[in-house]
Amino acid sequence: MSDFEVRVVETDLLICGGGMAACGAAVEAAWWARQHGLKVTLVDKAAMERSGAVAMGLSAINMYLDLNSGDNTLKDYVDYVRNDLMGIVREDLVANIARHVDSTVHLFEKWGLPIWKDQEGHYVHEGRWQLMINGESYKIIVAEAAKNALAEAGGQYFERVFITHPLMDGDRCVGAIGFSIRENKIYVFKAKATLVAMGGAVHVFKPRSTGEGFGRSWYPPFNSGASAFFTIYAGAEMTCQEVRFIPVRFKDAYGPVGAWFLLFKAIATNAAGQDYMVENAAELDKWDPYGHVKPVPANLRNWLMMLDVMDGKGPIYMQTADAIKRIAEQSPDEKTAKKKLKELEAEAWEDFLDMTISQAILWAATDVEPEVKPSEIMACDPYFIGSHSGASGAWVSGPPDLQTDATRSEYFWDYANMTTVGGLFAAGDASGASSHKFSSGSFTEGRIAAKSAVSYVVDHPAAPVVEPAQIEALKAEILKPLATFQAHREHTTDPDVNPNYIRPRQFMYRLQKIMDEYAGGVSSQFKTSGKLLEKGMELLGYLRADADLLAAENAHELMRCWENVHRMYQADAHMRALLFREETRWPGYYFRADKPDLDNKDWLAFCNCAYDRQSGSWTMIKRPVKYITGDSP
Amino acid sequence: MPSFVIASKCDGCKALDKTACQYICPNDLMVLNPQTMKAYNRDPSMCWECFNCVKICPTQAIEVRGYADFVPLGASVTAMRSSEDILWTVQFRGKGIRPKRFKFPTRRGVQEGKAQPFDLYPTGSDDLKSPTLMGEPAALNTEIGPIKLDKVPTL
Repeated sequence: MSDFEVRVVETDLLICGGGMAACGAAVEAAWWARQHGLKVTLVDKAAMERSGAVAMGLSAINMYLDLNSGDNTLKDYVDYVRNDLMGIVREDLVANIARHVDSTVHLFEKWGLPIWKDQEGHYVHEGRWQLMINGESYKIIVAEAAKNALAEAGGQYFERVFITHPLMDGDRCVGAIGFSIRENKIYVFKAKATLVAMGGAVHVFKPRSTGEGFGRSWYPPFNSGASAFFTIYAGAEMTCQEVRFIPVRFKDAYGPVGAWFLLFKAIATNAAGQDYMVENAAELDKWDPYGHVKPVPANLRNWLMMLDVMDGKGPIYMQTADAIKRIAEQSPDEKTAKKKLKELEAEAWEDFLDMTISQAILWAATDVEPEVKPSEIMACDPYFIGSHSGASGAWVSGPPDLQTDATRSEYFWDYANMTTVGGLFAAGDASGASSHKFSSGSFTEGRIAAKSAVSYVVDHPAAPVVEPAQIEALKAEILKPLATFQAHREHTTDPDVNPNYIRPRQFMYRLQKIMDEYAGGVSSQFKTSGKLLEKGMELLGYLRADADLLAAENAHELMRCWENVHRMYQADAHMRALLFREETRWPGYYFRADKPDLDNKDWLAFCNCAYDRQSGSWTMIKRPVKYITGDSP
Repeated sequence: MPSFVIASKCDGCKALDKTACQYICPNDLMVLNPQTMKAYNRDPSMCWECFNCVKICPTQAIEVRGYADFVPLGASVTAMRSSEDILWTVQFRGKGIRPKRFKFPTRRGVQEGKAQPFDLYPTGSDDLKSPTLMGEPAALNTEIGPIKLDKVPTL
């Protein structure tokens, strides 16, 4: 692969990723870098205007504190997140994002994002923390601001460059390496600080649809574990690797349910019309003190539904027609009711068209008129997403000014949002234990991390040192699948079936089968055990060895190879954390059949882990949960 | 099939400096066949049906056919996106249901390309070590909220 030229880019701050967190980082970094004469560079595997989880659009902003209304406090939000995650949360990180998120949302509006407003000029809330938007172009608008910010500060961005590995100088991260998926180039970014915001991970587990609908994951299939791999490989301590997220959505196309539950106040029932939240309410006692908080934690709502599914009481329905009828009945006369219904119909369809167009196709193809008949809902497959009701990501420092005497030594070191690796920062899905950031909070966390990273660069002005040998070794490793394919392709008449290599698609299927059957995927109804995990890890060991035999025909397939290596490391960390936590805490996300109970005495703690790339070994670390609100569990 | 390209409509973006669908696809699926100068989706089972290729295609050559492993045939959702709004048409499988049309705004008050990030609010501190982000504390407030935050709050 000698025809791959190496392009070296030197920068002060490198932002890896192009989604919401990365765009937030670009705007904020550009502002501070301009004042300090620093260079900011962003690198994205896709085109920024449509990259990341908001690529399709979004119908709501799910994190807005509205602090200046006086209706909510910071503590209200922190309490909500802590309870939703069954007590496992870094309150300092959540509060830090929450105290800045309103300013982010106000910027979005100034940049042209249409946020719904009522006649008095107040934002229209979908729920307490959620705002309704016309969000088809949400990502375009945000990316536009980010690109304009980089341009004003003399920064630079690269699109269609796929980052594979961190560059290291001893224990310090000094940039990243990857390759172009458009031309034969290896990119070496040397940076004084590196900010990782490359999203979560999808397709680690087998999805429900395995034909054409394979790609219809709830979270996008192009979020492939790049953040997790980058931080794991750099040696950063990781947290909440067991806290996957399983959303309940409209079945198969995974259209959003938020508007139906929150805005239209719809209820979901089993086939007999019974509300499982009422019928199965006694089960909540088992999960106290979190079983009786309001709102009921997302994973427990899942769990009460899953109990009905396992009892054969499905299909489970969102009762859309009842909800619409109830709203119409509240209108004073027929004319108002008709107008109201028309509005609701448009809102319901826009909810899908803004963010999950497949669901609109599915409704149209099955003749669903929501005012006439109900629609099925179902739990999706497991995802790794630190920004929603999951929590997986890197263990990062909190801000200094939100710590208490009890938390400072545990949760603060040097710079906010820096991982345990010097010069390596994380935000959005890349940082853990700070759930419920969603789009606005991820952008906000990107801002926080970027300002902090600029501060790090100012304090550490020395040029990054990257040994040429490291670059040569990584270049050879990165391009190896191309060489493997070329060396062996003539051996068989079908390039897909060849004993000398494995192509990334089959590699991914193997990974997904292991995770599905041993780590509590869809086909095992999200149930696992210590013994199953041990067997799964044994099989993952073979897969890991076979990763050396991955083969790629072209740059696109080379990206697929590395995406799946990234997923494999996420899977490895996940199984280790599932095994380490000897209890069941989030039954609607996964159930440890051999440890079926919540154990707050021993396991109200973070399960962290760290990887050593020299030895290939992992260390598991139990860290205390400490609350800055002063609340006790 | 998820996204598909109508052969008679695709001109390979010959007049543009780049192939629009190839430029935009977040999953690197849309490619141009240099022989036929027509684009195609190289891996439909990795398609998210995000419609970004549909929306960006200058000749409206791209549509989406629902995933055949769970979506019955016969329905369609089409999008026409302009710089300010988007027009959707939803056709049902059953002929008895009238097609639905929706028009939603996509941006408000700021022209395409003109989202200026800086100086919308004064920034209260130049100190890199302070928690004050660009535009704060002014940007934390709305014009109508009764409470005015004059610094970044703590718990």
